[in-house]
Amino acid sequence: MPVIEINGVCKAFRDAKRNVEVTALAGVDLAVERNQFICLLGPSGCGKSTLLNMIAGFERPTEGSVKVDGQLVTGPGADRGVVFQQPTLMPWLPVWENVAFHLLMRGGQKGAHRRTAQTFIDMVGLTGFEDHYPAELSGGMSQRVGIARALLMNPRVILMDEPFSALDEQTRMQMQGELVRLWQHHEGTVVFVTHGIDEALTLGTHVVVMSARPGKIRAVVPLDLPRPRDITSPAFNDLKRYVLEMLHVDRSNS
Amino acid sequence: MFGTDGSTQTYSGTWVIAAFWSTLRVFAGFAIAAALGIGLGIAIGWSRRFEIIVEPTLQVLRPIPPVSWIPLAIVWFGIANKPAIFLVFLGTFFPILLNTIHGVKTCDRMLIRAGAMVGGTPRQLLRHIVFPAALPDIFAGLRIGIGSAWMLTVTAEMVAVKSGLGYTLWDSYYFMRYDIVIAAMISIGLLGYGSDFLVRKVMARVLHWQHGTTLQGEQG
Repeated sequence: MPVIEINGVCKAFRDAKRNVEVTALAGVDLAVERNQFICLLGPSGCGKSTLLNMIAGFERPTEGSVKVDGQLVTGPGADRGVVFQQPTLMPWLPVWENVAFHLLMRGGQKGAHRRTAQTFIDMVGLTGFEDHYPAELSGGMSQRVGIARALLMNPRVILMDEPFSALDEQTRMQMQGELVRLWQHHEGTVVFVTHGIDEALTLGTHVVVMSARPGKIRAVVPLDLPRPRDITSPAFNDLKRYVLEMLHVDRSNS
Repeated sequence: MFGTDGSTQTYSGTWVIAAFWSTLRVFAGFAIAAALGIGLGIAIGWSRRFEIIVEPTLQVLRPIPPVSWIPLAIVWFGIANKPAIFLVFLGTFFPILLNTIHGVKTCDRMLIRAGAMVGGTPRQLLRHIVFPAALPDIFAGLRIGIGSAWMLTVTAEMVAVKSGLGYTLWDSYYFMRYDIVIAAMISIGLLGYGSDFLVRKVMARVLHWQHGTTLQGEQG
């Protein structure tokens, strides 16, 4: 059974100012199996973030259904860890309390929570920054805290909404490498939204190419390139050309 | 006993008692206003329904100057501590309330989303995200409040109470002891400064995470 099942999902927004309906997604079907790393790739406005938000439970589909583990998604929950585009850390909490936020909210032994948090802080390479405040961290470090926070909940799926888009190229490539390492090590299901073709092809086991207005799934491209992936290899370039063409067809039609 | 017998000499030795009563009134009124203002402010900022029910009444009461409540306060509470505390409450309640509402309403939606993502119930989100996020605004309200608290205590003491620095000030005016009038004014200024300093100290402690994000460094 797939971990995530998306059936006939449509999403329409009401533009109250102009009194028109805007269709963000039209008839999206997608099944994500366990341990897959899915990259949702598409131009801005194709509804890829909307789709992710519906899996997270922040938004509801107008039509169709989203199921995680066979359960209909009705709201956000700790079984789905989200890493946001902006780090969205609590500025009044030090790093370790942000990572352990899920546990601290429920009360209990602070010492035990701190030890749990430490494991995940080490995992994302922030050892020594446990007591720093978010304002003292760089963009890349803040995103690592966000990733550690999502991992700590041991969620069924991890949803990432362009988490590296605000980082510089070098940091981004480094973070991509570490994300793949974490994923390979822990075996988990990831849905990753991006508008970067290189990023999608570097990370995913599958790339879901989406088209805009209304948002639809154009193709699901499985990737069997060996890891670590060389973004300058001919095989990588062939795939990139293939995906680019798909995105271009879209542009000439609209 | 407090120099009301017409003798101009008997003010000596009464400073501590007068200052004590004024300070007591300031902090009593301030504490009640803080408790109610923060509590109601969070409720109004968080729940649209509660806001619709309560806000209009509060907004009608707000433009009425606290001083204009003095006659009613005396009728209700007599000449004692209570009318002064009531006045202080009225004057400090609104800045604390309005700042708290603002703080809750401007809480970053994404932080609340992040809290919901880690499985927080609405109550947990309120306690662990909305309240701490609103604290900088709440403290802004508390600082405005403590300033007006001294103004209102002194005003009330001139009219409705027979003790405290305001009473000393007004009473010595009748005896044309302007030296004592000025001494009382300076005392009020210093005590006001002291209480603001205290609030700032607490604020710096609670909001220590803000240092480094602001330019003021470790002031206060």
